[in-house]
Amino acid sequence: MDQTITKPRSFQEIILRLQSYWAGQGCAVMQPYDMEVGAGTFHPATTLRSLGSKPWAAAYVQPSRRPTDGRYGENPNRLQHYYQYQVLIKPSPPDLQELYLGSLRAIGIDMALHDIRFVEDDWESPTLGAWGLGWEVWCDGMEVSQFTYFQQVGGHDCHPVSGELTYGLERLAMYVLGVDHVMDMPYNDPDAPIALSYGDVFRQTEQEYSRWNFDVADTDVLLRHFEEAEAECARILDHAEDDPKTGKRIVMAHPAYDQCIKASHIFNLLDARGVISVTERQSYIGRVRTLAKRCADAFVLTEAGGYAA
Amino acid sequence: MPDLLIELFSEEIPARMQAKAADDLKSRVTNGLVDAGLTYAGAAAYSTPRRLALRVDGLTERSPDIKEERKGPRTDAPEKAIEGFLRGAGVSREDLIERDEKKGRVFYAVIEKPGRPAAEIVAEVLEDGIRNFPWPKSMRWGAGSLRWVRPLHRITCLLSREDGSEVVPLDVDGIVSGRATEGHRFMAPGAFDVTGFDDYEAKLKRAYVVLDAAERAEAIWHDATNQAFANGLEVVEDKGLLAEVAGLVEWPVVLMGEIGEDFLGLPPEVLQTSMKEHQKFFSVKNPKTSRIERFVTVANRETADHGSTILAGNQKVLSARLSDAKFFWENDLRVAKSEGLTAWTDSLSNVTFHNKLGSQKARIDRIAALARELATVVGADAGIAAQAATVAKADLASEMVYEFPELQGLMGRYYSDAAGLPSEVGAACQEHYSPLGPSDDVPSAPVSVTVALADKIDTLTGFWAIDEKPTGSKDPFALRRAALGVIRLVLENGLNLSLDQFIDLQLVRHKGHLIEAVSDEDVEDLIHEIAQHGVFGAAYRTIKEKREGATDGLDAMNGEVPDKSVDLLSFFHDRLKVYLRDQGVRHDVIDACLGMPGNDDLALLVKRAKALQTVLDTEDGENLVQGFKRANNILTQAEEKDGVEYSFGGDPKFAEDPTETALFDALSTAEAKITPAMKAQDFSTAMAAMADLRGPVDAFFEAVQVNADNEVLRRNRLNLLSSIRTTCLQVADLTKIEG
Repeated sequence: MDQTITKPRSFQEIILRLQSYWAGQGCAVMQPYDMEVGAGTFHPATTLRSLGSKPWAAAYVQPSRRPTDGRYGENPNRLQHYYQYQVLIKPSPPDLQELYLGSLRAIGIDMALHDIRFVEDDWESPTLGAWGLGWEVWCDGMEVSQFTYFQQVGGHDCHPVSGELTYGLERLAMYVLGVDHVMDMPYNDPDAPIALSYGDVFRQTEQEYSRWNFDVADTDVLLRHFEEAEAECARILDHAEDDPKTGKRIVMAHPAYDQCIKASHIFNLLDARGVISVTERQSYIGRVRTLAKRCADAFVLTEAGGYAA
Repeated sequence: MPDLLIELFSEEIPARMQAKAADDLKSRVTNGLVDAGLTYAGAAAYSTPRRLALRVDGLTERSPDIKEERKGPRTDAPEKAIEGFLRGAGVSREDLIERDEKKGRVFYAVIEKPGRPAAEIVAEVLEDGIRNFPWPKSMRWGAGSLRWVRPLHRITCLLSREDGSEVVPLDVDGIVSGRATEGHRFMAPGAFDVTGFDDYEAKLKRAYVVLDAAERAEAIWHDATNQAFANGLEVVEDKGLLAEVAGLVEWPVVLMGEIGEDFLGLPPEVLQTSMKEHQKFFSVKNPKTSRIERFVTVANRETADHGSTILAGNQKVLSARLSDAKFFWENDLRVAKSEGLTAWTDSLSNVTFHNKLGSQKARIDRIAALARELATVVGADAGIAAQAATVAKADLASEMVYEFPELQGLMGRYYSDAAGLPSEVGAACQEHYSPLGPSDDVPSAPVSVTVALADKIDTLTGFWAIDEKPTGSKDPFALRRAALGVIRLVLENGLNLSLDQFIDLQLVRHKGHLIEAVSDEDVEDLIHEIAQHGVFGAAYRTIKEKREGATDGLDAMNGEVPDKSVDLLSFFHDRLKVYLRDQGVRHDVIDACLGMPGNDDLALLVKRAKALQTVLDTEDGENLVQGFKRANNILTQAEEKDGVEYSFGGDPKFAEDPTETALFDALSTAEAKITPAMKAQDFSTAMAAMADLRGPVDAFFEAVQVNADNEVLRRNRLNLLSSIRTTCLQVADLTKIEG
């Protein structure tokens, strides 16, 4: 039994422990990407850095938005804004499963009492043109993480292969802390002078965004934004590699990818507003994928993407 | 004789792939060993979530030495040719022998291939097996390029003999073979060495791994049923789930838990599906009430608290899942009660069924129209049948079916009942997808049968209309299954219906939508006339005659519908042959009946075929067919030679031989029985009467020469033969009978 590990007492303590655990494993602890995304995978530290031959190891929290999951803060398990913890290591180390299990121990899950299982779950992101094989990890029948070996991203084969871990932080924390409703979960230390629950921090925003996502967001504006982001992404990538001002070779993979992220999130909003029909859905996904592929093509022509002049 | 042990130890292998992977390992390795000249006494393969294992017992130590001779050039051939031969055969001059042959003295190379030790062969075969393993999906990991289902960590490969065991040396992309393996990930971490299969299996068990999947499944089932029994309950059997769960654990521990009181009001199918799909739980029911009251989950370890933490966690997850299900159920019930099922049906206009065949709503409207037309033939109320067809697929728009597609139909029944619709409608919601396979039950309630038929005929005609017929092994829309469904619905309910008419009606509806030139009026007129006249052709001609205005649309239809209709009917006939063959009806018997009138009435067709088969199984029947064929042959030859058709029937007054007279009498007796029997579709009587002709026909051929010198006699006899032919052919096309 892991007697040295104490139980965490709050949501933020779980995050802090994951941060320090993965820092201890040599990951660069990064900060959330400053754009609206649907999942931690969209952070360029994962999507773009999983491409090319350069080794990489990063861990970070990523606020994620899924407009369709909004429930006005009333559902005990569903949120339109939530946090993912994301780890990406390239090449995937041979003991990645053990490293992962170590992170569960670090947040107070006693392996001697719980039943941890790796259950087949292959991952595919049609919008990113990406797929990989792996598992969902179960703790006592609950999915606590996704574990994926990336095989392809943006249409490019991954060489070497990255290992990706994604933790749904609220769900994991609720389980570890023994809380039944997400809004009741202690956000900071419950004995702090000003103790805050998850609900104190997020109930109101869940309500506000649920209303906006479902009923108020201006779909005409969103449709226009989608088109604009799409056009801007293409326009950026159409520029020549050589910058006339500095005389340097500067491929603008990241600014273009920002526009791809933007288009993807706008698509999610449009989907939540119910204005995208089944057939149109496929075509929107295809349009975002086209952008993601072009960004991936550009990234592998940059230094971080392994390009050698 | 050494025994071989192989283990391939990896990260978790998907449960659904394990059994086949174990079989593949066994067949690849043993085939490879045998191809290389080794033999073995027995082999068995095993799988757990983290390993594939193979034992091969009684392997030979070496492959045998092989000596082979290869013929070369003549001894007096040019030096260059001889050198070339030496190079090709890989031997030197000294290895050549000479032999005298007809054409002169010839060189022979004697090539000796010494046998190789088993270890060398095993290493080669295993490496090839690993590199070319037929995983349904495989992956790379790290910086390597080897592919396996998930990262491969260890290769254990041992040859063991009485005096010890040796590691078979092998290096696959840096994974070096050894004698070590690992036990349970959590209960016995760390590696240990093994010496052979028995040692391996025993040590694994001490390290909390049950190697044999069947043993794990048995232990799970045994413990689960015992725990349920102790509480007066029963585990709901599910072999697929049992196999899957056995593939998720190395050390199964069965735990039984409670389903919260709040959720016991959910339909049992919802509980069962939710628990199985999301959590891989078995359902446990109370045999007295048939209610599902508990669940069984299988953990992968023992714990100090006897699984109570694990069970509590599982229970919590289940509650969250069932809260969702309950939310869907209550929402759906509210919609069903307040807005009725048609609101859902209407919303299906936004859901595409197939991009050429339109939305689900358009499809439902077509099915409802056809159901109305089919109802009277099936014996259902037309109004209720159309209503049932309109709501039968409504549940596709419900939240529960969105979440659990496998509950389609069943939820429709619950919601139909909740909406206060007639119980026949609810039954049709559930049953109209049936039969799904050859062993699935066929509905018998008339409304359900009507909607089931309309649904399947609409699907078949639709895909025929857009030329998406099944080819070879490709049948993405399960059209063979749909056709078999129609066949079973018709036959098992004893329905006499003209399939042609309903195929034509529905083809017109599809084509009306697909061909631009066709107007709504064209479609309406055609449907009206088909209902009157039975088939497309007659309907088309009637409208052509009446119509003053343009007929472009009609003509376009005429260019397509009849061909598709004929083709689809013959597809039905092909499926019917397969179906009847499985029931022991000979294919030539079916062929003999296919050409008869009314062949689109499948029940009639089968009745005819079965009666014919019964007659053919009698001696009279079998011999009559011979007599018939003889008569037919003689007649055909004479008709060809004479250039006339003998179809008048003979005149008994020209009969010369008593057997001839007797045959005339027998024919008129038979005719008198057959004609009314055929009219009454009493095939047994008709065919029995036909078989009675056997004696007179045989006697006639025995005594009489048909092609007599006397031309009057000959013509009369030929005309008599033609009566035999006509009489028999009105029963079935006996020319198709083989033998």
